[in-house]
Amino acid sequence: LGMAGRGRGRGRGQMTFNVEAVGIGKGDALPPPTLQPSPLFPALERRAVPLPGGEECEYMLALKQELRRAMRGLPYFVKPGAPRRDIERYSDKYQLSSPVDNAIDWNPDWRRLPRELKIRVRRLRKGRTAALVPKQRVALDKEEALKKLESLEKKEEEVTSEEEEEKEEEEEGKEEEEEEYDEEEHEEETDYVLSYFDNGESFGPDSDDNGDEAVY
Amino acid sequence: MTQAELRLCSLLLRENFGEIVEKVGNSLLRTGPRPLRLLVGDTGLLPDQVKKALCVLLQHGLARYEPQPRGAVEYEARGERVLRILRYPRYIYTAKTLYGDPGELLVEELLLHGHLPMSSAVARVADRLTETMEGKGKRRHSCDEEEEGEHKAKRQKQEGGSSEPPPDDGIYWQVNLERFHQHFRDQALVSAVASRMDQTSSEVVRTMLRMSEVTTASGASHTQPLSSNEIFRSLPAGYNISKAVLDQYLALLADDPLEFVGKSGDSGGGTYTVNLHKALVSLATATLESIVEERFGSRCARIFRLLLRKKHLEQKQVEDFAMIPAKEAKDMLYRMLSENLVALQEIPKTPDHAPSRTFYLYTVNVMAAARMLLHRCYKSVANLMERRHHEMRENKRLLEKSQRVEAILASMQATGAEAAQLHEVEEMITGPERQQLENLKRNVNKMDASENQVDETIFMLEAFIESTMKRP
Repeated sequence: LGMAGRGRGRGRGQMTFNVEAVGIGKGDALPPPTLQPSPLFPALERRAVPLPGGEECEYMLALKQELRRAMRGLPYFVKPGAPRRDIERYSDKYQLSSPVDNAIDWNPDWRRLPRELKIRVRRLRKGRTAALVPKQRVALDKEEALKKLESLEKKEEEVTSEEEEEKEEEEEGKEEEEEEYDEEEHEEETDYVLSYFDNGESFGPDSDDNGDEAVY
Repeated sequence: MTQAELRLCSLLLRENFGEIVEKVGNSLLRTGPRPLRLLVGDTGLLPDQVKKALCVLLQHGLARYEPQPRGAVEYEARGERVLRILRYPRYIYTAKTLYGDPGELLVEELLLHGHLPMSSAVARVADRLTETMEGKGKRRHSCDEEEEGEHKAKRQKQEGGSSEPPPDDGIYWQVNLERFHQHFRDQALVSAVASRMDQTSSEVVRTMLRMSEVTTASGASHTQPLSSNEIFRSLPAGYNISKAVLDQYLALLADDPLEFVGKSGDSGGGTYTVNLHKALVSLATATLESIVEERFGSRCARIFRLLLRKKHLEQKQVEDFAMIPAKEAKDMLYRMLSENLVALQEIPKTPDHAPSRTFYLYTVNVMAAARMLLHRCYKSVANLMERRHHEMRENKRLLEKSQRVEAILASMQATGAEAAQLHEVEEMITGPERQQLENLKRNVNKMDASENQVDETIFMLEAFIESTMKRP
């Protein structure tokens, strides 16, 4: 009973501990209360010691910058999709975004990685028609390709049926959950298979399987 | 991980692997281990992008995966390992000092690619060496690279290969960071002894450490005992000190208050150990003292060192021992208190804890202070990186212009242009622009060098904290 805090000046900051013991004597002015957050860049009272320098430091500095440069060039530096252009151009829809495959640009050892991380490689049109690895996914591939061909042939009439087919594909894609998702659904907003499109930069009988597609 | 560490990890991932890997890494670090599905949802990236990112992280040992029941796979990021990216230059430089150019290139290739089969790593290094040797055509035989074996970890895969496996199929090598850390610690120890005593003492300690490399468990608090005779036999060839002199050095080292070396017995002419943990404590403490000195001044540092020695002191005692006037001492103590470098300990005299009858003692909690400063270091590096990125962004246009001009000059020189023409192209960059570029380069170099420097402190503090945590 009758504890500390009494008899040390009315109305002043009363602490739960004996301020004298910590060194604040009687009648000493306490610093003013802080009314705002501390400044973003508090004043620098003393300058930092200069960097050591020397051969070792110089070399490590060069190494650091060299490593940074090298890393950017390696396939492990995953770049986002093609940058958006300032004006949306009509031909953008028909450009293949880089990389052509969203696959990995290096060869990891798949024995050491989970299977689910494997990205299905989009085969080029020539590869598609060839009979290849008898996997479920490739079969789906060919199925889609055939469907696309069908839809292209009937393109003038079959707007609705194309939409239906696309929906079918989407459903198929969703059913096989463990499978890679279907790139094409996301990439294209057109009825045409992107890799079939030739934007006219290479001439000649570069032509696709589909004869009646216009070459711009 | 703390916010500061997370922020730093984020910046490191972005700088070295791009934003996509950063996003995935961030998600894993902040929210914990999860399966692919959740990662896709969380990051808002395309599934293929997330897969790619995970492959990169796994390749570099920055993440690991664990198959779960029912076929799912959970991925987990390794934050501590991400922070080690800061130290890559030091690993490479150390390899250079120990094993020359081939060692340097080997470590560099392994760090750039995460892990590689030996055949592949050796081929890359050989290519790079032939490039630099310009036609001498020296190819390092793979045998030479095996000297580096003790510094590399091996991971073996037992599965059978396909029809044409390379001879070392499935066997991958990566850099053994822990071993490098051991080396850095030893380096710091030897260097400290050299500054405190002399070159010869440091050589003795270096010899002891070398002898103990394979016999000391990682995290051990001291090396196995070595007899004076053994040490004498193992001294490097150039050192011609007599046995008696060596004994004197050992005695001196054992008597030194810092206790880097301790005497553990008398057989074999006296057995001695290196007190690894005590050494780390001394080194970390010295780091703390140095920081206080530079931030707050010599008088504050004096008080700090006083508290380290005396453990607990009252306000009055501090004033007396440090020989600093009361007002100043008070001010300094409060400043350090507010920065959490110093703490107040209450010792009640009576059971009712009455403040008027309680001792208030100032003390330094070394572990807490070390942790706090380490946290600050992470923040510093992150700030340095952000500022560096900012500087580069601000000058992007000028940098691109400069690169174009360089490219033009290079191609002109290749086609044999005249000096006047070259000069004209050089003039495309104006005087003030040149100045701006120089300033930029100087600033960026400063920041990069600072990042390296702070990482040294980070290493010291981390080593100390780890060693202290490992003690029973």
